[in-house]
Amino acid sequence: MILGWIAGIMAVAAGAGVILARNTVHSALFLIANFIAVAVLFLGLHAEFLALIEVIVYAGAIMVLFLFVVTVLSVDKGPDNALPSPLGGQTAGGFILGIVVFVVLALGVVGAGGALGPAVPAAFGSVAAFGRALFTTYVYPFELTAFILLVAVVGAVSLTRSLKTRGDGN
Amino acid sequence: MNPYLLTSVLLLALGTVGVLIRRNPLVMFMSIEMMWNSANLAFVSFSRHWLSQGGQVFVFLALTVAAAEVAIGLGIIVLVFRYRHQIDADQINSLKG
Repeated sequence: MILGWIAGIMAVAAGAGVILARNTVHSALFLIANFIAVAVLFLGLHAEFLALIEVIVYAGAIMVLFLFVVTVLSVDKGPDNALPSPLGGQTAGGFILGIVVFVVLALGVVGAGGALGPAVPAAFGSVAAFGRALFTTYVYPFELTAFILLVAVVGAVSLTRSLKTRGDGN
Repeated sequence: MNPYLLTSVLLLALGTVGVLIRRNPLVMFMSIEMMWNSANLAFVSFSRHWLSQGGQVFVFLALTVAAAEVAIGLGIIVLVFRYRHQIDADQINSLKG
């Protein structure tokens, strides 16, 4: 429980850093801290395999992709929000909606009480138990994700082809 | 209070605020990733509460979809930047510009 509070506070602090940092690279670094704190939360919830995957896939692969795009887009184009917003009251409205989302969901969390659930059996969340569930009960959704990844690869390649080769191809 | 669920709720609210107040599409996208992660956290805490492995498997599948989404989303952002040479979501307000 203590682990949950500490890692939770770190995750929320890093999350606030993501949206408040002026520099996009700082936002990305805060997001990595956020992912690592969430991985610690996963450990506290006996999801060891998911904690590893979180660090490797999210904090590793996805954030490298983000930082790569930040580099490509050369972020020194002036600070965010430099131009006047065409939509008045955007910031205030965003904060109000965020507070509403938080209050409504937090009411549900408070109503649910503090219990984490029954004691965890030894094998729960281990790679063996996770793998058994993934490859027996959930094998069809698992195979479907392979197709999703294929679609993503084809989509990303066809989106970012150079503009010259684009015309006759489509 | 359950700290895991509370963290999940706070991250979702922070992500909402981030998408709405920031105008850099990359930071908006990072906020979306944060909201995605908060949903994963809720899945894992309920999976632990009911001692059901299914929630964890679903997070694994959602993570795969997140990877696909990031690849496509960043591709679109790079493409828009290549056409318009600016990264401000409010300035990109016309189709076929």
